[in-house]
Amino acid sequence: MKLTKTLLATTALTVAAGMVSADGHMANEMTIVSWGGAYTASQKGAYHDPYSANTGVNIINDDSSAEAVAKLRAMNEAGNVTWDVVDVVAADAIRLCDEGLAMEIDPDTMLADAPDGTKASEDFGDLLVSDCFIPQIVYSTTFGYRTDLVGDTAPTTVCAVFDTEAYPGKRALEKRPINNMEWALLCDGVAKEAVYDVLGTEEGQNQALAKLDTIKDDVIWWSAGADTPQLLADGEVVMGSTYNGRLFAAIEEQKQPIAMLWDAQVFDLDGWIIPTGLSPERQARALDYIMFATDTQRLADQAQYISYGPARKSSAPLVGKHKDLGIDMAPHMPTDPNNAKNTFLYNYEFWADYRDDIDAKFQAWLAK
Amino acid sequence: MSALTENSTDNGVMMAADGTPLKRSLARALRRQKLRALMLIAPLLIFVLLTFIFPIGSMLFRSVENDIVANTLPETVAVLGRWDASKGELPDEEVYAAFVRDMVVAVEAKQHTRLGTRLNYESTGMSSMFRQSGRKMKKIDPETDGPFKEKLIDIHKGWGDIETWKTLQTHSGLYTSGYFLNAVDAQKTHEGFAWQPEEKQILLKLFWRTLVMSMVITGSCIALGYPIAWLLANVSARNANLLLILVLLPFWTSLLVRTSAWKVMLQQNGVINEVLVWIGLVPDAERLILINNQFGTIVAMTHILLPFMILPMYSVMQTIQPSYLRAAKSLGATNWTAFWRVYFPQSVPGIGAGSILVFILSIGYYITPEIVGGTKGVFISNRIAYHISSSLNWGLAAALGTILLIVVLALYWAYDRIVGIDNVKLG
Amino acid sequence: MGLPPYATIPQRIWYYAFRVICALIFIFLITPILVIIPLSFNAQDFFTYTPGMLRLDPDAYSLKHYQDFFSNNEWQRSLKNSLIIAPIATIISVSLGTLAAIGLSQSHVPFKGTIMAILISPMIVPLIISATGMFFFYSDLGNFMENTLGMGKNFVGYVKVVLAHAVLGIPFVIITVTATLVGFDRSLTRAAANMGADPVTTFFRIQMPLILPGVISGGLFAFITSFDEVVVVLFVGSAGQKTLPWQMFTGLREQISPTILAVATILVVVSIALLTVVELLRRRSERLRGMSPT
Repeated sequence: MKLTKTLLATTALTVAAGMVSADGHMANEMTIVSWGGAYTASQKGAYHDPYSANTGVNIINDDSSAEAVAKLRAMNEAGNVTWDVVDVVAADAIRLCDEGLAMEIDPDTMLADAPDGTKASEDFGDLLVSDCFIPQIVYSTTFGYRTDLVGDTAPTTVCAVFDTEAYPGKRALEKRPINNMEWALLCDGVAKEAVYDVLGTEEGQNQALAKLDTIKDDVIWWSAGADTPQLLADGEVVMGSTYNGRLFAAIEEQKQPIAMLWDAQVFDLDGWIIPTGLSPERQARALDYIMFATDTQRLADQAQYISYGPARKSSAPLVGKHKDLGIDMAPHMPTDPNNAKNTFLYNYEFWADYRDDIDAKFQAWLAK
Repeated sequence: MSALTENSTDNGVMMAADGTPLKRSLARALRRQKLRALMLIAPLLIFVLLTFIFPIGSMLFRSVENDIVANTLPETVAVLGRWDASKGELPDEEVYAAFVRDMVVAVEAKQHTRLGTRLNYESTGMSSMFRQSGRKMKKIDPETDGPFKEKLIDIHKGWGDIETWKTLQTHSGLYTSGYFLNAVDAQKTHEGFAWQPEEKQILLKLFWRTLVMSMVITGSCIALGYPIAWLLANVSARNANLLLILVLLPFWTSLLVRTSAWKVMLQQNGVINEVLVWIGLVPDAERLILINNQFGTIVAMTHILLPFMILPMYSVMQTIQPSYLRAAKSLGATNWTAFWRVYFPQSVPGIGAGSILVFILSIGYYITPEIVGGTKGVFISNRIAYHISSSLNWGLAAALGTILLIVVLALYWAYDRIVGIDNVKLG
Repeated sequence: MGLPPYATIPQRIWYYAFRVICALIFIFLITPILVIIPLSFNAQDFFTYTPGMLRLDPDAYSLKHYQDFFSNNEWQRSLKNSLIIAPIATIISVSLGTLAAIGLSQSHVPFKGTIMAILISPMIVPLIISATGMFFFYSDLGNFMENTLGMGKNFVGYVKVVLAHAVLGIPFVIITVTATLVGFDRSLTRAAANMGADPVTTFFRIQMPLILPGVISGGLFAFITSFDEVVVVLFVGSAGQKTLPWQMFTGLREQISPTILAVATILVVVSIALLTVVELLRRRSERLRGMSPT
């Protein structure tokens, strides 16, 4: 049933694509920018390869997402945009949209409906956090801990990070205020709903920094997502924050003595944007790709390669087993009900305003 | 000699062989020499000017550029210029009407969010104010829907705050000193200059730290590099080449790999600590903290930059004649005197070239300090990179870059003055 | 520099102490490189000496990272790109840089200080600023070459990265070559000119051999600058010009993979081999020319 549907959809798409490109309306080569490593590999398996097979389009991968914001701005100013589709985190998408560097997307006409006919805007729901952003996955920043170094009682709440008596040893935290400030307030007795109101005030920021001050000497600060798994594997830290997919790889693929602490995980989104300033042929191709790569089945397919949750509600039931390990992927998704008992959603609006301000304070505090 | 003098000074003017006055002939030769020197330099100079100085100059120019405000809100800026903020009253309807007209155009062109981002650097909260207001102002018709003052304050209460308009007025000029003030932990306010609140002051500290750490790194490179360069220059060519391989090997290895290697070496469960614990020098519970602090940065950077010190020293020391040293000794100098009075002065150009290389390179490094430096090891370049690639505050990045450039040039100039232009042919 | 038979005891002590100091510095230089070599055979995807590795358990070692390097297209392509870009950039910076250094070392060069400052500026400006500044320039240049001159996109991409890297290498050539020229005896070129050599002959037969160490070490710096440069290529290059450091950088940031250690090990082995071959050839030619080994 599912298979026939996919086949039908694919055939329809192929025919449509064939017709359009025969008219010369679409470019037949495109550059897709992403993060590289396992993540690009998962996109290649789930999106690029099938799309190329269907349409004959040659896809070039560029691993420049970390510099995407700066490079897109420079390209735009130079009038020479060489990228067609770019994978960015939601906060960057908002920034790009604000700067007029990303194209606005109408989800209902430019994205595929769910198989049951639900409109895309509803299927993605709240995750459409910017007019330019097409969500792809939900990932979370959460803690992993060394099972052999935490003693008899494994940590169950995020506040274990701030409890150096029960869990002595170093912790790895990201070298930026985002997420750390929220966790600090949460563990300093601020109610979850009030966190951003408090953080918007001078006193609130000082309160968060004061809480972080209590563990400052026990923290190793990381800046690349691959750092924490390495530090955990080395036994340099007993617990550390990182992206859930990295921890999955360390636990399930590398068999390290590490466990997940899903408590107070912070959801974030990663997805596509299409740059402004593309020629009509290239824009048509980029839109065609996006329509294909963000449909219900495709998003579910990506979860075979990496443990990030598909951004569509309709994709969740279709998540299957890991391609190589053969284990069920659903329990490893950050969105799985067992993992998502206590979660946080990255507040984009707040950080778009306060990021520079709080970052300056945070860096000054670090340097003290 | 005397015959020549008699012949060519007939009229009291020195003559060259071809009969032209010697002075003119010399001047011509000098001119030709200058021209030839310039011809040799010209291709490179033009290449560097065109492909480097000009692009970098225009990048650094962004540190004062501020036309976005006046371009996005031309009418508002003109009317707001007449508003007197010191009275403590909100601007009148004229300003609000002009603002609405400007905004409608800006929203159409999607320029308003860009302006919001720009003003958010000065006053936190502007970014979302422009984004949210833009969405709602789409529905306003600037011709018929006036008066606007109440309406705007309804849309976002920020428009009823006098500080908003002060910020707009302060930063409406085509050029600004704001970025440079930000770069030295100050800010441009309506009243003029003001320091940033203390908990946000960091950049001056980082400048200072960058300079001090770079000097320490340069110093340790000299201390470690000099003996090696001397050894290389004074053993047989055969052995020198073998030893040179040892110097070049780290050099061939990627910076990223070497930095990771130091992580493997220095961390608490790292190679050095394991070895120390194993031989019993350090108890297991008190492993040394060697990384994520200034020590880690200094060790890793010294290792990475050491070849940049050794190679110039070596190439200069190779040209020093060993006979000078022997001559000094045969004249009765002790080993130390011979070295210090004869050999060392001749090797100074090598130390100079190496130090300049190492110092300047270490000032600009940011990947290594980021990885091994922990909280105390961040350099100013880290902040520049952050503002270029994450926060998009290119004006501030350019201002920081310009200051760094000026500091380096000043040090370079001072160095030339102190060590002497003849000792170090660098400028 | 052997120890003379009449050396006093303090001289002897100093002689050996100096040797020990030098040995320690060499250990400092080399150990980090040696430490990563075993890690490149790690069976796990981490930069960690596992207990298995320390027990010398064969299961804890594997060649999979080497396999990854040789079978993965991305790695192969980036290696090829680096081997194309770095030598060309080096040739440009060495030839232009040496000429300019010779020009600069003449007496009476007007605006010498300013010219010098301009020429070494690519080293002074923080790389990230250079990268963005150059991005604009090279985009315009790229547009011009593609649209007006009708050149291929890929070719233009290489030209951009090569030129950008050449500029970055120039200060090293200038500094090292001028430093060698300080000790250069001008009467040698004058003597050659006196005896009828034209300037080109004088340059290649007299000046060049004498300043060669400086030129070579400058060239080496320039080569490494390009071969190890990651910030500028990230901005100026596009996916088609991905170099080895770029690939390593993503490897390190996105997912720790000892493949970069395998690459480093291979490069170390290759460079040892190359340097050894060069040294052997040099000795052979010395022997053939009847020069005594000194």
